[in-house]
Amino acid sequence: MSESQTIAIEIGGHPILLRTEDDAFRKLVAERYAGFVGSSSLSSSSFEFEVDLLTTPPEPADEDVRVERSGASWRLRRGDFEAEWNPALRRGRIRQTANPYSIDSVLRIVHSLILAREGGFLLHAASAIRGGRAFLFSGVSGAGKTTISRLAPPDATLLTDEISYVRRLGEGYHACGTPFSGELQKSGENCSAPIRALFFLKHGAENKIEAVPQADALRSLMRNILFFAEDQELVGRIFQAACEFVERVPAQRLTFLPDTRIWSMIQ
Amino acid sequence: MSEKYLARSSAIASRLLGGEMMVMSALDSTFFTLNEVATVIWQAADGHTPMSAIVSRICTEFEIDPGVAEVDAEHFAEELSRHGILLVSDSPQEISSSPTEAA
Repeated sequence: MSESQTIAIEIGGHPILLRTEDDAFRKLVAERYAGFVGSSSLSSSSFEFEVDLLTTPPEPADEDVRVERSGASWRLRRGDFEAEWNPALRRGRIRQTANPYSIDSVLRIVHSLILAREGGFLLHAASAIRGGRAFLFSGVSGAGKTTISRLAPPDATLLTDEISYVRRLGEGYHACGTPFSGELQKSGENCSAPIRALFFLKHGAENKIEAVPQADALRSLMRNILFFAEDQELVGRIFQAACEFVERVPAQRLTFLPDTRIWSMIQ
Repeated sequence: MSEKYLARSSAIASRLLGGEMMVMSALDSTFFTLNEVATVIWQAADGHTPMSAIVSRICTEFEIDPGVAEVDAEHFAEELSRHGILLVSDSPQEISSSPTEAA
């Protein structure tokens, strides 16, 4: 397949090339990931997937997501898609209908696996850059990720209101923008910055920031990291990545009222 | 009563963090935080140290009555073995290194 039949989605500096003969699907992907479409040329840092578009889903629609090792490859399955990916060969194949939610799920899973190999992770968290440093706002649904994103001042660059992309770079961590949005339904900016702090969000009657002991931070962090495979080696890697993160990045509890004053405390 | 030997499962990741031992099962992602006494038992669970020696260590370090320490240790071992992260045996056993070990 030629470069013209390829679209590259680059998130967190990891280009994923999707190859399909279907012009309409490439257009759909380009619109959905606007701001994250990169060069379609194959490079040493890119991963490539052939996308086979089906007319009907491969499995019953209510099948839960399953991510399993199969030899040197990962097998990803849910009712609406099947995929296989060999990280060593940097190649894979996706079988799905022309459904944007399917490709979105595959990308999230693949990125979570890529990051785990590097000591990073995807986190249920909003994130933003302010003063050249990134801040993560983590919490389960309803904790305030979208609220704190909506309240962000003009000098803050929003990276995501839902899924934060955490990369290990040397001894530090960077947060990268993602197109994975929550209630805001708006992609983050495609940029990155060193992480200054991780906040665990909590609605409250006043604005306050409290330090969180490392052990508590690890417990909360592990609850909010996205990982899909019940795989022994992967669980070990994620656990180690989370431990090293809380040892290097200050973790704090951010209790807040839903108004813009909270951002005066975040810098 | 026969001697018992405890060994950490290889299907776990563990780390001492902020003074607390954090243990995660790689089988089902269950997360455990061990208190100080449990941490001593966990660290001594090398497959070769008899339970009686571990109990003695606990009594010395924490000034606990031997009878209480023995009951606590057995309860702890039972609890963690139910989750498959600690192996209890009547004879010494080899353990393989875990995915993540305490730094």
